[in-house]
Amino acid sequence: MSNGHSGNSNHHTGTWVAKSGLAQMLKGGVIMDVTSADEAIIAEEAGAVAVMALERVPADIRMQGGVARMAPVSKMVEIRDSVSIPVMAKCRIGHFAEARIIESLELDYIDESEVLTPADPENHVDKNDFKIPFVCGALDLGQALRRIAEGAAMIRTKGEAGTGDIIEAVRHMRTMMKQIRHVASLEKDELITESKALQAPYDLVKEVHRTGRLPVVNFAAGGIATPADAALMMHLGAEGNFVGSGIFKAAKQNSDNDEEMQTIALSLARAIVDATMNYKDFKLVADVSKNIDVAMSGISSTEIPHPDRLASRGH
Amino acid sequence: MSFQFDVGVLAVQGSFAEHMQILSEINCPAMEVRSQKDLEQVKSLIIPGGESTTIGKLVRRFDLIEPILGRASEGMPIWGTCAGLICLAKDLGPSDPPILGLMDIKVQRNAYGRQIDSFETAIELDSTQGDPFHAVFIRAPIIVSIGPNVEVVATIGQNSIVAVEQDQYLATSFHPELTDDPRFHLRFVSKIKG
Repeated sequence: MSNGHSGNSNHHTGTWVAKSGLAQMLKGGVIMDVTSADEAIIAEEAGAVAVMALERVPADIRMQGGVARMAPVSKMVEIRDSVSIPVMAKCRIGHFAEARIIESLELDYIDESEVLTPADPENHVDKNDFKIPFVCGALDLGQALRRIAEGAAMIRTKGEAGTGDIIEAVRHMRTMMKQIRHVASLEKDELITESKALQAPYDLVKEVHRTGRLPVVNFAAGGIATPADAALMMHLGAEGNFVGSGIFKAAKQNSDNDEEMQTIALSLARAIVDATMNYKDFKLVADVSKNIDVAMSGISSTEIPHPDRLASRGH
Repeated sequence: MSFQFDVGVLAVQGSFAEHMQILSEINCPAMEVRSQKDLEQVKSLIIPGGESTTIGKLVRRFDLIEPILGRASEGMPIWGTCAGLICLAKDLGPSDPPILGLMDIKVQRNAYGRQIDSFETAIELDSTQGDPFHAVFIRAPIIVSIGPNVEVVATIGQNSIVAVEQDQYLATSFHPELTDDPRFHLRFVSKIKG
């Protein structure tokens, strides 16, 4: 499986640089949730840097309930073979067998995600041991560094997926950035105490202190529904955006035929890509938003009782 | 025309911040380029790593192709890393139209496979460039064939071409911006005149 194509013993595959480097190549871009090959092709056409293969988008998982699992293998394969951009898929927290299946299908990235029903409430997957990289959600710096210690090569905010409400993503990004600035401002002899307070490995806390940034690429996710949301998250420090229900779910809510749905999805997706790239240029963000008169009809995160919040999954 | 910056880094998407960082470490004045107006302020251009499909769509959507081609015809140096190399190539295969099409090279996208096959290795540079270079290949393309005016700069082993030069253009299928070895950045900067 690995190294099969290059066939050279001097090629070191699955290294930390190869894994975290792919996230660096995705920066400034938008990663979109898709549930079919058709949607993946629209996402690619709109300029997505990657797609996330799912059985149901978070808004539907939230609405329909039940156990949310890794997407069916046939769906992941169909989506993998439909586009040239990287394809990601979600596994349940701690479900290393789902993760191994995604790896064996040679998808490009695994999202060990709180959006799916957790499989192991105690232990996340040991991600260092995989040949393909992982992205994980985090709501603060301690969580982010714990995931990185387990091998995550990319971090995203958790936000509150499937709501179309940006408040939690903003909260998580603000918290993380504030904590990073705090760690950077400390004296060296204060770092061990800080490491204890964050419940994060000392070496990673030292790295944040030295560089003033997270050791891996950090995207925003969970509630991004408009070009303005995308621009907001970039200003707060996100290096790119994940958009889940905000594109195809929003398009389906606003149309009853396929063709119209696809047109709406394409223009929404494009506008979010353009706003993410040009987030500093609000005239341009306004301009790309001109053709958008729909967004997903969201639910306010504050109305969701705490036990039902996806962001509280994982630790 | 007076240019304010020696190098512009195309900041549509991808590893532009990494290029900016190395350029700053070698004290080379550089700026991020997102528009035609930005392009008018730089003497040369780096097209970074990223998703070539995405970068190709966005440079078209934001009308950057013609201005880049215009500057190229006046002799502006351009360096493409990975996705940037794909942007520079004339031939991407039968089903894929070229993006800028400035270099006489034929390129195969994702030639080593998917992400699981991304790798690091030491590559051989031509005799003028010294020690092997530690190179990072991420879903990398390879250069399948080159035209008569194209010079090979680096290979893996004897036969796989991974860096080439033609006139004022440089292309690498790997990412010198992900390492701390500035030799390729210095090589590119030496192409800038005035």
